[in-house]
Amino acid sequence: MSTQFELNKNLAQMLKGGVIMDVTTPEQAQIAEKAGACAVMALERIPADIRAAGGVSRMSDPKMIKGIQDAVSIPVMAKCRIGHFAEARILQAIKIDYIDESEVLSPADDKYHINKRDFKVPFVCGAKDLGEALRRINEGAAMIRTKGEPGTGDVVQAVRHMRMMMSEIRRIENMAEDELYEAAKKLQVPYDLVEYVHDNGRLPVVNFAAGGVATPADAALMMHLGAEGVFVGSGIFKSGNPEKRAAAIVQAVTNYNDDALLAELSEDLGEAMVGINENEIALLMAERGK
Amino acid sequence: MRVGILALQGAFAEHKRSLERLGAGMFEIRQKKDLEQPFDALVLPGGESTVIGQLMRKLDLLEPIKTLIKNGMPVLGTCAGLILLAKNVEGGEECIGAMDISVRRNAYGRQIDSFSQSAVIEKISPEPIPLVFIRAPWIESVGKDVEVLLRLDGHIVAAKQDNMLVTSFHPELTEDLRVHKYFLDGIDTSRSSGL
Repeated sequence: MSTQFELNKNLAQMLKGGVIMDVTTPEQAQIAEKAGACAVMALERIPADIRAAGGVSRMSDPKMIKGIQDAVSIPVMAKCRIGHFAEARILQAIKIDYIDESEVLSPADDKYHINKRDFKVPFVCGAKDLGEALRRINEGAAMIRTKGEPGTGDVVQAVRHMRMMMSEIRRIENMAEDELYEAAKKLQVPYDLVEYVHDNGRLPVVNFAAGGVATPADAALMMHLGAEGVFVGSGIFKSGNPEKRAAAIVQAVTNYNDDALLAELSEDLGEAMVGINENEIALLMAERGK
Repeated sequence: MRVGILALQGAFAEHKRSLERLGAGMFEIRQKKDLEQPFDALVLPGGESTVIGQLMRKLDLLEPIKTLIKNGMPVLGTCAGLILLAKNVEGGEECIGAMDISVRRNAYGRQIDSFSQSAVIEKISPEPIPLVFIRAPWIESVGKDVEVLLRLDGHIVAAKQDNMLVTSFHPELTEDLRVHKYFLDGIDTSRSSGL
């Protein structure tokens, strides 16, 4: 792989053990930075509102994104539609730190993802199983996150996707070498990526949890299941006390093994995002882009 | 030799791996109680300096770590770790403030301006060492007690003062162990201490 890809993979290492928060204004970005976010995702509408509004959802206004870039010193991410490489090039032109080729927006291409190896900026992509994750990495993604089900405040799908990914990784790790070729064929991914998973027991890039994380306990759960950090979208700014909840989730990720501290962090956070259950939603964003 | 690594956020696992390959015993520092055991040296890894700084304050780690460093605990700070150690951070808050340097954060620009190259650091090795810069800071100026180890295009990217060694690049992200070895070689294990 190219040195640019190596560098981009390394960039993502710096986010590990951190929380990435969705923000829609410079003020929210500053609240997130103060609360300890390791990066922010700049978008016009958080997933819960995208879900409520319906219609076609696109890349955010570059002016709005630039306002957030100017407001904070931590990295700023932004989303483009699946397959929409023109949006991605625009985001690269404004020097965004990461591009999220995201199923939260309406897909622009129902067959092809962006060839992310063409870009200098690192990409993060969603995946709900190992095959999806390795296909995105093969296309050049420098970071993977579970898809979860964005904007629901329901962690069940993030859990399902992380469990699926980790159990597939464990299965590959335990395979005999001659079984790896068949595994690569079944997963529809190149052999060398399967070999990496077999040898290292992990993805070749950083793996975060995303979709439906709303409480410090949710974040800790995802870390226990193997996440290396957490995205929190609607969960923070759809809650009663965003500052406090954001800071609590940041600490919960660092000390997910300390139950007494988690108990303390979970106290008095105010109203959590109301959320919607899996069987109440009409649109499953996780089914976009395989 | 026991080396504690601040494991609040960032690339701490990579430092751990590099130092373990050199034979150091590593443990993670996530809370104040982790500082109670005796140890010989401390590593402040790369990551987001604002995040690590805030977590140090919230978890009551800042003051004890300041004290340990002031009392001579050898410390290696890379990228964010360098910023945490600096006395002066342009446009930002001082954190540990133990090293007489003035630092500019994200000096090389945004993520897209990150780069890697090689250079000789004479004090460490006559052969070039691979350097990875990620949204890296540089040192604008140093006090009289600070020894500059490497200047790149006029900017200071590695320096040393007493027990403190800092780099604005990431030796832990390469397979090259020379910077870590240089750090370990300078540690006096008869001075082990904890809180």
